[in-house]
Amino acid sequence: MARATSPRRKVLTTLAAWAVALVIFFPVLWMILTSFKTEVSAVASPPQLFTADWTLENYVEVWGRSDYPRFFWNSVVISVGSTLLGLAIAIPSAWAMAFVPGKRTKDLLMWMLSTKMMPAVAVMIPIYLIFLWTGLIDTKIGLVIALMLMNLPIIIWMLYTYFKEIPGEILEASRMDGASLWGEIVHVLTPMALPGIASTMLLNIILAWNEAFWTIVLTTTKAAPLSAFIASFSAPQGLFYAKLSAASAMAIMPILILGWFSQKQLVRGLTFGAVK
Amino acid sequence: MGKIELTKVRKSFGDVHVIPGIDLTVEDGEFVVFVGPSGCGKSTLLRLIAGLEDTTSGTIEIDGKDATALPPAKRGLAMVFQSYALYPHMTVRKNIAFPLKMAGMDQVEQDKRVERAAQVLNLTSYLDRRPGQLSGGQRQRVAIGRAIVREPAAFLFDEPLSNLDAALRVGMRQEISELHQSLKTTMIYVTHDQVEAMTMADKIVVLNAGRIEQVGAPLELYNTPRNLFVAGFIGSPKMNFIEGAEAARHKAHTIGVRPEHIAVGDGPWEGVVGLSEHLGSDSFLKVAVDGVGILTVRAPGEVGAHHGDRIRLAPAGKIHRFDESGNAL
Repeated sequence: MARATSPRRKVLTTLAAWAVALVIFFPVLWMILTSFKTEVSAVASPPQLFTADWTLENYVEVWGRSDYPRFFWNSVVISVGSTLLGLAIAIPSAWAMAFVPGKRTKDLLMWMLSTKMMPAVAVMIPIYLIFLWTGLIDTKIGLVIALMLMNLPIIIWMLYTYFKEIPGEILEASRMDGASLWGEIVHVLTPMALPGIASTMLLNIILAWNEAFWTIVLTTTKAAPLSAFIASFSAPQGLFYAKLSAASAMAIMPILILGWFSQKQLVRGLTFGAVK
Repeated sequence: MGKIELTKVRKSFGDVHVIPGIDLTVEDGEFVVFVGPSGCGKSTLLRLIAGLEDTTSGTIEIDGKDATALPPAKRGLAMVFQSYALYPHMTVRKNIAFPLKMAGMDQVEQDKRVERAAQVLNLTSYLDRRPGQLSGGQRQRVAIGRAIVREPAAFLFDEPLSNLDAALRVGMRQEISELHQSLKTTMIYVTHDQVEAMTMADKIVVLNAGRIEQVGAPLELYNTPRNLFVAGFIGSPKMNFIEGAEAARHKAHTIGVRPEHIAVGDGPWEGVVGLSEHLGSDSFLKVAVDGVGILTVRAPGEVGAHHGDRIRLAPAGKIHRFDESGNAL
């Protein structure tokens, strides 16, 4: 039902929304502004939002001092790879949980989610050692596996929610029509859940791209993605805020652009099932 | 060929015995209707035949071959669902062709069969639309089209008309009956609507609490119901049941008189008209008869009796007699 809103109310809610958005966006804005400042004005006290001496020097230096394209490529491989591998495992899993649930399916889902509550540091040593023994340290495949496992509960949960929305009768109809299990998943379930699968994919690429614990712990040079690229500017000579900001801006820009163009899909995916 | 034989078929969900044990034979080419109130197990029985549910015990034979453990796709049956269950992302053409594609049929033959089905079902001009752009009746036709292209051994219909409005329902009912006449393929049709059952079936299976109450031709069930349940379920409006002294006079625990078998005019029963509905073709009266109870009367044409009038009634047709356990005498 539509609710009548007075113009005054509309202006107030719009202002409030802008204020909240600004608060959320402020750190990013600060970072981007800082990346164009000199090191001196970046640490000026009291802090200044704007400065007189804008410069591109930080970007030039960051680009010149490190191999940005390599880090970027590693990020792409790791985030897309872990998401695709995760989907390949999660689609059949979520199918089973949504359409042929057992007595313990709900418990299993809760257990999977609970693993996300555990602090990553708690398993850092065992995982590091396992990676060391299996030769996966500083390899892209190692990170693909690690990030896939880390995000798998979320992927399964999201897909499970989308699949639950698909009427079981349609899948039964495909079975009556002679579709094998594979045919059912490929020809009916996947196309019907495509918007949900796309949102899941986008969200997980973003999560994997931004992941900064395992990617730093499990890499040194060869497989290091952009998170490690940022970290490399914070040590050991001390903190250089302007350069760090420039590196951070370069690291988040690709994913920010991806997020910007897919925001409709993302929002739709995240509110799927909540609003009918 | 499409003979289906159920032997001692049982289905339980945990401790709930939905079908405690059913034996039934559906002959090749027959139009069989499973009818019964909600929760009587009729849809479950259909799903067992389809293979969408596993039997707890018992055997299902299709054309003499044991199909109990076969997956749905291998049983050679086609099903039309209550919700139509069309593939929303495919055009009508692709929906109808889907079972053929799954069977690996070549494209030329697929197109030929789809065109033929579309012609039979008046869908030719809708072939490139999606299900979302069709009306309820058209969707139902697509669902039927998807079923007939496979040329199955038998069709299974699970309350296919219950989502349609009344006028469309009558039309589709006739279309399905005509389809059966022309295809002469076995059809099993589930409904809770006894009018559908009476008008379409060669054979009606009345189910109650997972048990078969009676199997027979529509008029056989109407004329000689085996027990109170069937007597009450078949026929509209429902049969009047009378107990007490009036029943004892007929040497029965309960007697049943159909509303259309009571005449208004002179007779042994006298009472006051409560509700009266005048449809022109028929008049329906609820009459509180002294010493008998409330009787529903269906009189042909217009009857000059209205609320509060005192009228006399007479049984003018078969009086059905039942014993204490509800079985017909």
